[in-house]
Amino acid sequence: MTKKKTAKWIHKDLLGLEYLSKEDIELLLDTAESFREILDRKIKKVPALRGKTVVNLFYEPSTRTRVSFEVAAKRLSADVINIAVESSSVKKGETLNDTGKNIEALKADIIVVRHNCSGAANMLARNVNISVINAGDGWHEHPTQALLDMFTLRKKTGKLEGLNVSIVGDIAHSRVARSNIWGLTKFGANVTVCAPDILIPPGIEKMNVKITDDIDEALSEADAINVLRMQFERDDMKAFPSQLEYFKKFGITDDRLKKAKKGIIVMHPGPINRGVEISSEVADGANSVILEQVTNGIAVRMAVLFWVAQVRDKEKKDEIGY
Amino acid sequence: MKLVIKNGRVIDPANKIEDVMDILVEGGKISKVARGIDVKADTVIDATDKIVMPGIVDMHVHLREPGREDKETVSSGTMAASKGGVTSVLAMPNTLPSLDSTEIIKTLKEIIKKTANVDVFICGAITIGRAGLELANLTALKKEGVIAISDDGASVDSDELMLKAFEIAKKEKLPVICHSEDKSLSGKGVVNLGFTSTRLGLRGISKESEYKRVARDIMLAEKSGAGVHIAHVSCGESVEIIRKAKRKGVKVTAETAPHYFGLNEEDLLDYNTDMKVNPPLRTKDDVLAIKEGLRDGTIDVIASDHAPHTENEKEIEFEYAEFGSTGLETELSVSVTELVSPGILTWSELVKRISFNPAMVLGIDKGTLGQGKDADIAIISADKEWVVNKAGFASKSKNSAFIGRKLKGAVEYTIYKGKVTYKA
Repeated sequence: MTKKKTAKWIHKDLLGLEYLSKEDIELLLDTAESFREILDRKIKKVPALRGKTVVNLFYEPSTRTRVSFEVAAKRLSADVINIAVESSSVKKGETLNDTGKNIEALKADIIVVRHNCSGAANMLARNVNISVINAGDGWHEHPTQALLDMFTLRKKTGKLEGLNVSIVGDIAHSRVARSNIWGLTKFGANVTVCAPDILIPPGIEKMNVKITDDIDEALSEADAINVLRMQFERDDMKAFPSQLEYFKKFGITDDRLKKAKKGIIVMHPGPINRGVEISSEVADGANSVILEQVTNGIAVRMAVLFWVAQVRDKEKKDEIGY
Repeated sequence: MKLVIKNGRVIDPANKIEDVMDILVEGGKISKVARGIDVKADTVIDATDKIVMPGIVDMHVHLREPGREDKETVSSGTMAASKGGVTSVLAMPNTLPSLDSTEIIKTLKEIIKKTANVDVFICGAITIGRAGLELANLTALKKEGVIAISDDGASVDSDELMLKAFEIAKKEKLPVICHSEDKSLSGKGVVNLGFTSTRLGLRGISKESEYKRVARDIMLAEKSGAGVHIAHVSCGESVEIIRKAKRKGVKVTAETAPHYFGLNEEDLLDYNTDMKVNPPLRTKDDVLAIKEGLRDGTIDVIASDHAPHTENEKEIEFEYAEFGSTGLETELSVSVTELVSPGILTWSELVKRISFNPAMVLGIDKGTLGQGKDADIAIISADKEWVVNKAGFASKSKNSAFIGRKLKGAVEYTIYKGKVTYKA
């Protein structure tokens, strides 16, 4: 991949891919490319963020994303502090803004926030001067997940433009779907969303996606599919038929893949529900890149941490008159 | 005490006046509206190039007292009213406790007597605690002085109870103000259901939850023969239902709030909780339908739905934040900017919707500059532009959906019963 870093990163925060330009995303993916190499070295560490403090502020249980950010920060030599809050509530405890301001007063440089409420990262970013990285907010966005999905796709296929990507599963409640749609469509990929009607949110066609409730149609032209985790335990799912029914109609199985393009790439943001949205043969099969995604996630998050930290540095230099 | 307002463009639709004239105020009353009034007065206000209109009658205001004095009080709320050119407000009953008993009405009347800066009329609750389960003693409330009833902020779900309320209201000649919302449809929603709820990843509130209940409220009112007033209409479907009912001759009036024609759902793309209101900001098409409803008279009234909240209740996650925007200090300017400037309403039509019609709906002797009426007057610089800023509010709360917006039309003076209560 040729690296042309003509784009300039200007964002203090990473809140969502809706807010980034194609050039911004390209810069992150290109940077992730160089960081990806570091992960295969014997000594997997560079001093890029030495002396920086990254706080992982998680209001939702998450092992995968939290650990990925932690590893990414450590590979860049930043100090990492993890704060797990049971869950936010309106009545109890400190407000998100107050918590953010306290973290700022502790002289941290970057807050990585995961929150059950859509828009929580946007609000936090408005209220603190340090950088905020959205590690998933409600049903809104999960930008680093989409970046790692795009990174993986670009690595596998060479380009995103014209790529047919189908996202399958609970689109309505999925921040992963939204971020992927914003990101992929900016690169001219053709995105199809596939789900039962009640899991397709209203107006999503305005995000330039095709909609279908037929999994075979979603698979027929796809160069890649992104299979979302199904959460049958949520309240909103009470009106929904059984898990088994879902698997029968939408589950990704070997039989279904046989009818798809040869070499179709199978992605999943994890954690996977074997036998619910994807069969074990597919998850562990030759088309699956699920574990590569996990590794790539570190590189992408290193790139994000690296670039938002540069903006902070620039501001500081201005302050002391460099 | 004599006060003369000279050379203003007097707009008084009730008396079909729209002309450059002088107004003489004596003893708190309008004593004369004519050209070239030349008397010795204690105060003379030069209103050259200014609009002189009857003070705004805002029939949808949350003064929060008693119970939530941290958000607003009768004193601070009526100060905000004065600043906005408002001289009469209808205090809504979702206080703590609700305005559902004669005792609490007595208490509020006492507070009003001591602290109000403009006229405060009282809207009683329809049901005890606004819980929709048991009717309040509407006859007793009326005797105690409430001039309308509403479960404001909530809708009486039971058709039977609502019909009964309409029947009593008819007998007592009490207008019924309906917050028409079917909670079984709106549920935990926080923004308009559609592309915006999808984009923001927030639960949606469908338009059906509003217009289905608007239709029911109108049908029950029609059956009972009572007058029904639909509060804060936000969507085109509701406008159409009201339009049809009016054509049919049903005694229905309707109101909208400035944020339903000055803003749309796309304005809250950065999760600005000051724009979290109920009903929610709708689509651009709905805004057009609301404006058309105001133009053709389907929507009779503009009222602020002034809903003050503390920062602690607003500067939090969007889904946890309270619904509501303040509005007393911006309603006139938003109306001038969005309705008069683009030619949707004439000044006279605006005055009708913001001063005269609400007085008619409530059956109070306000909203005109007729001889002998209370001298409640607002003087406006029609073309003056200003930017809404958080520090400038008289209200205790700062949660205005219009912060940062440049508006046209500024209140220069508010005169309440012949006294200048606000001067820019």
